[in-house]
Amino acid sequence: MDFLNAIILLLNYIFVPALTYGSQLALGAIFVTLIYGILRFANFATGDMMAFGTMVTILITWYFQSIGISLGVLPTAILAIPFAIIFMIGYMLFVDKFVFKYYRINKSPPVQLAMVSIGVMFVTQAVVRIIIGPADRRFFDGEKFIIKAGEFKEMTGLNEGLAIKSSQAITVFVTLVLVSILFWFLNKTKTGKSMRAYSDNEDLALLSGIDPKRVVMITWIIAGILATIGGALYGLDKSFKPFTYFNNMLPIFAAAIVGGIGNPFGAFLGGYVIAFSEIFITYAYKKFFMYILPESMEPETLVQLLSTDYKFAVSFSILVIVLLYRPNGIFKGKVL
Amino acid sequence: MAFFEGLKMTGGYGTGPDIINSCSVDVNRGEIVSILGPNGAGKSTAMKALLGLINLKSGAVVIDGKDISKLSPQDRVRQGISFVPQTKNVFAGMTVEENLEMGAYLRDDNYQNIIEEIYELFPILREKRNQLVGELSGGQRQQVALGRALMIKPSVLMLDEPTAGVSPIVMDELFDHIIKVKRTNVAILMVEQNAKQALNISDRGYVLVTGENKYAGTGKELLNDPRVRSSFLGG
Repeated sequence: MDFLNAIILLLNYIFVPALTYGSQLALGAIFVTLIYGILRFANFATGDMMAFGTMVTILITWYFQSIGISLGVLPTAILAIPFAIIFMIGYMLFVDKFVFKYYRINKSPPVQLAMVSIGVMFVTQAVVRIIIGPADRRFFDGEKFIIKAGEFKEMTGLNEGLAIKSSQAITVFVTLVLVSILFWFLNKTKTGKSMRAYSDNEDLALLSGIDPKRVVMITWIIAGILATIGGALYGLDKSFKPFTYFNNMLPIFAAAIVGGIGNPFGAFLGGYVIAFSEIFITYAYKKFFMYILPESMEPETLVQLLSTDYKFAVSFSILVIVLLYRPNGIFKGKVL
Repeated sequence: MAFFEGLKMTGGYGTGPDIINSCSVDVNRGEIVSILGPNGAGKSTAMKALLGLINLKSGAVVIDGKDISKLSPQDRVRQGISFVPQTKNVFAGMTVEENLEMGAYLRDDNYQNIIEEIYELFPILREKRNQLVGELSGGQRQQVALGRALMIKPSVLMLDEPTAGVSPIVMDELFDHIIKVKRTNVAILMVEQNAKQALNISDRGYVLVTGENKYAGTGKELLNDPRVRSSFLGG
């Protein structure tokens, strides 16, 4: 019984949250990796573009709520996301046309484009803060839990409860669907293959007649979809605060690099690697040991390797270790 | 008038000096023509000029009587001119079949039968169709590169040093493949370092020196020309 309790404890405090957080990171990481693979620069505006997409989702959610539209048990934001995606795609194409295109046509070195993306980051950040403000916002409505901890305890008779929030279930479900569609697109359709070809060998892609403008446009459209959905899911599950999104860039980049930059499948798995490492290392295992060890050996401290305040240190360490010992990542991307 | 012609082409990279000077080459369908010459003679540059990768200051490129000097490389591909670069001539992270599909990117019709034709031409590729090209040997990669270029059913195939860096046995095999391609009524223009072997399979050849035509003739004539022999073929 104690053993079962210990398992439920880990499921509840590590596995479910890490799976959710990992899905959110994975979407961001695929965004980073696609831009890197196809447009060949590290997009530092990733976090703030996700914040922008989330902000639009929130504004549309508020509008729907004010006119009385809701999805019942599901959060209204789900209904707002498609509209936010359309807006966000427009924003991405706008930024590309008026900012990135100039440098791409002049064949600027990648580091210059990365610097330009920092400029885009500052402007996007400012726009978000002007429109919606820097405060913490929750926009989740509908049924909060699928399984409540109390109900679970009653059902199973265990001491530990397993709570699954609907935002967590939605995150994992939407991520799996979106990523499956994306991989199907990249691996099976002609347009998707031409994007991989362009990322693999730009000159030969041009010689094969692949239209670079089309490839770039589709990349930004996918980026808009990923940024909006990834950001909105994170905001639904936790809360929306522009600064948090900016901070999330570190684990997102770490995930993209761990997975091998330029490799979308690697970025997807990288998201989970980072999320699980962060939560494994910052979780306090005291209660877990109380269940599995005899009473005499009960730990007196929290048995926490690192305080949760330092969770970014985990992604940062992973980033450094990967760059030092395996610069092309676990799944063989491009060498940075 | 030949099927595909570069007429008195002059030009270089960007605003730099002229690499080729009034250089002319031509090739007919079902013919292999080699461009030879010492290092830095402008062989590859001449080929890039034909493809539109560098801008010409003067001269013209003509295919089937049509002047295409002003077209971009992509548009020239649409005219049936296919190019196999010397390096990075495959999509290494994609499978053999995907490489061929990318070669057919401009085709809107069903190209499955063309893929079959390529597999007939290069049987080893059928065996390796689902393998990543980056994992193949040098000779097999060159076959993928040739196959990709043939997918648009080109009328002109340009090869930039197809046998660079492969072993002599593989080189003979590749030349055999090139002859097979020629028999499908394609005009083949190639730049080669292995001059003797290239002339052996060529119908005609050009020797360029400092960007200008120096000698021209059939493969046999050039092989037997004492001046060409002493300067480029090692006696």
